[in-house]
Amino acid sequence: MNALDQLQTPSDARPETPIMEIEHLRKLFPLRQINLFGPQRAVHAVEDSSFALYPGRATALVGESGSGKTTIARMLARLYDPTSGTILFQGKPVKLTRGAALRQYRRHVQLVFQDPFSSLNPVHSVEYHLSRPLRVYGHARNKREVTEQILTLLNRVSLTPAEQFIQKFPHQLSGGQRQRVAIARALAAQPEVLLADEPVSMLDVSIRLDILNLLLRLKQEEHLALLYITHDIASALYFAEETLVMYAGQMVEGGPSEEVIQRPKHPYTQLLLSAAPDPDRMDPNQRGLGTLPTRGEIPSLINPPTGCRFHPRCPYAMPVCRERFPERTDVGNGHWTHCFYYGDGGSNTEQPPLLNLAVPPTPRRKAGRTQEQPDYPEMKENE
Amino acid sequence: MADILVNGKQARTGSKTLLEVKHLSVDYLASSGVVHAVTDVSFTLERGEILGLAGESGCGKSTLAYAIARLLRPPALITEGEVLYHPRVRTDETGAPRVSTVSMPGKGPLARPGETEETIDIMTMSSSELRAFRWTELAIVFQSAMNALNPVMKIGTQIMDVLQAHRPEMGPDARKQRALELLKVVGIAPDRINSYPHELSGGMRQRAIIAIALALSPEIIIMDEPTTALDVVMQREILIEIMRLREEFDFSVIFITHDLSLLLELADKIAIMYAGRIVEQGTSFDLYEHPRHPYSYGLLHSFPTIRGPRRNVTGIPGSPPDLRAVPKGCAFHPRCPFAFAPCSSILPTLEPSNPQTPEQLVACHLYNTNLHPAGSPDEEEFAARYATLAERSKGR
Repeated sequence: MNALDQLQTPSDARPETPIMEIEHLRKLFPLRQINLFGPQRAVHAVEDSSFALYPGRATALVGESGSGKTTIARMLARLYDPTSGTILFQGKPVKLTRGAALRQYRRHVQLVFQDPFSSLNPVHSVEYHLSRPLRVYGHARNKREVTEQILTLLNRVSLTPAEQFIQKFPHQLSGGQRQRVAIARALAAQPEVLLADEPVSMLDVSIRLDILNLLLRLKQEEHLALLYITHDIASALYFAEETLVMYAGQMVEGGPSEEVIQRPKHPYTQLLLSAAPDPDRMDPNQRGLGTLPTRGEIPSLINPPTGCRFHPRCPYAMPVCRERFPERTDVGNGHWTHCFYYGDGGSNTEQPPLLNLAVPPTPRRKAGRTQEQPDYPEMKENE
Repeated sequence: MADILVNGKQARTGSKTLLEVKHLSVDYLASSGVVHAVTDVSFTLERGEILGLAGESGCGKSTLAYAIARLLRPPALITEGEVLYHPRVRTDETGAPRVSTVSMPGKGPLARPGETEETIDIMTMSSSELRAFRWTELAIVFQSAMNALNPVMKIGTQIMDVLQAHRPEMGPDARKQRALELLKVVGIAPDRINSYPHELSGGMRQRAIIAIALALSPEIIIMDEPTTALDVVMQREILIEIMRLREEFDFSVIFITHDLSLLLELADKIAIMYAGRIVEQGTSFDLYEHPRHPYSYGLLHSFPTIRGPRRNVTGIPGSPPDLRAVPKGCAFHPRCPFAFAPCSSILPTLEPSNPQTPEQLVACHLYNTNLHPAGSPDEEEFAARYATLAERSKGR
């Protein structure tokens, strides 16, 4: 089955219950005190983030480096303790657990790291990497079962012939193959939730698609809940049903991917989209790349700007943006944003989208793809 | 000085070609066998042009760039080929000013005495000639700004270092003045001249590297994945900056990347490399509109786009070949959805594929009417073949 069809089949539109709910999650990394009597300083990595993961659905978390997206994944994998907020797993809050309880939690929630070159131990074979989770989580009791399951796992991630890969060491594998081993290792625990932290950003462009399609297939087959962290907003549209945009630790926009990416509301999302490479924007009669609506970088999170952290770069900043962070405003179709421009809390579907940073200079389409309206079915709406 | 000026005017009105690479081959002599990293590569670079080199990792694109700069050391060996450089003869302030805001005193000609034409083969340069050539005429922006800057030197000092080495006649004040000017040109506040690299963000570091590359107003800048380590927003800022600087200073760029989506917007001409050879080259517009080589088609369809109908993106199943044992014939044939009998035995050469696009060259037997009388495939056939290939690789 091909990946596109999977995306377009309305995957049981709205699954009953979320497997994981994250409420008001916050993370501060305390810094060493320079002045003993001075105020406690900290890196404000993640502020007040709430979202949910559903079985059989992928959620993309998009943002630049330093936006806190990896911190969220690591909190969900319980590598970091959140400063405040709750993580509900299957309706039950996850406590600050240690030992056996933590291991039990990690059986259900697995993390795939960004860099397959450093996430695999160079002195151990593929067999060892995959046998550890099988043994630790008690999925295999003896050597024969271990080997059997490893072969199945390798087949599931399309590392074939599996018999040849089982004895290989990481240095004998290419980047894409390593990432497949890393995914197989995560699957070995038989998780319900898979957190993928930029799983393809270290790989060649031609191999990325293979890995993404593999993850999509696994999501479908295993009914996995996927959190896909990326800085490539185009792949979020391709990969995930839902997209969340983060800026400097704050979640600024979210909703169905189609909505967020085709009709971006928050100025930062529009900036991200206008910066993404887009060959359709290419104009043979004109040189140059156009301009970006705004410059600058993510601010330091030790003393972040007050209020909405995007306001120093935002061309539409108002005085109120400096004072406090706006409440979540619904803009229809399950799409929400935190921006005073669209209101402050409640819902606002009437507001015409006046902000428009991301309009490309007359998109040029290929012959044969000229239809103005995309012909794929609308995504299922949330509400 | 007078005859240089005359030459200068001739050169300015003369040919547009700046660099000609002819049949360049580079081998790495490894103990486990000879790695043919670059094989028989030819292309030309025009003045003020941005040439993109695209391909997967290990296809030889960086090796090619370093070979042009003669930066390769053993075990790498340039086995064959020449790189002809056609310099524009420099004029000093009395001649026609070459650049608007940045002027460089004492930039003399590079042509060796006794040479009639200005053409120089970079491959035959002696080490002292190379020293004069590098950075004055050809500069490189390396991939990782983090590693390319010296962490214990201020960025101002690093810029002035270049000037000190290549412009010994400049005084310390003039050097500092020039360093400030360069920082301003690339969009760094001049008061950052006393900052250390760790005090700058990734984007600023990359800008500093570009400032160093621009220090002597070179004719060619080779950029080896200059933005791969950066975020999208910063990446776009740097690219806009490069385009602006190119307009202003009129240098040519060889831009190396594996991200074709980026290159399509940026480059004038693109060469696609596979297993050490160029398999297709043409203007970026032609390449995007109608890729001819099955590999180019695969690369173009291996990234999702933001706008428009959702394309079926397939990627290219399989992985690039081991360069120690490149498959016979066309190196792409084991992964190619179109492979037929001659592909595994006869090596295709770069030829124009279609009379309508004489500049678009492709090395593929599909366009050879003797071997493949059925005619060249159209886009639908490409899509269908790749879809079945993806199906098959998944079915395993």
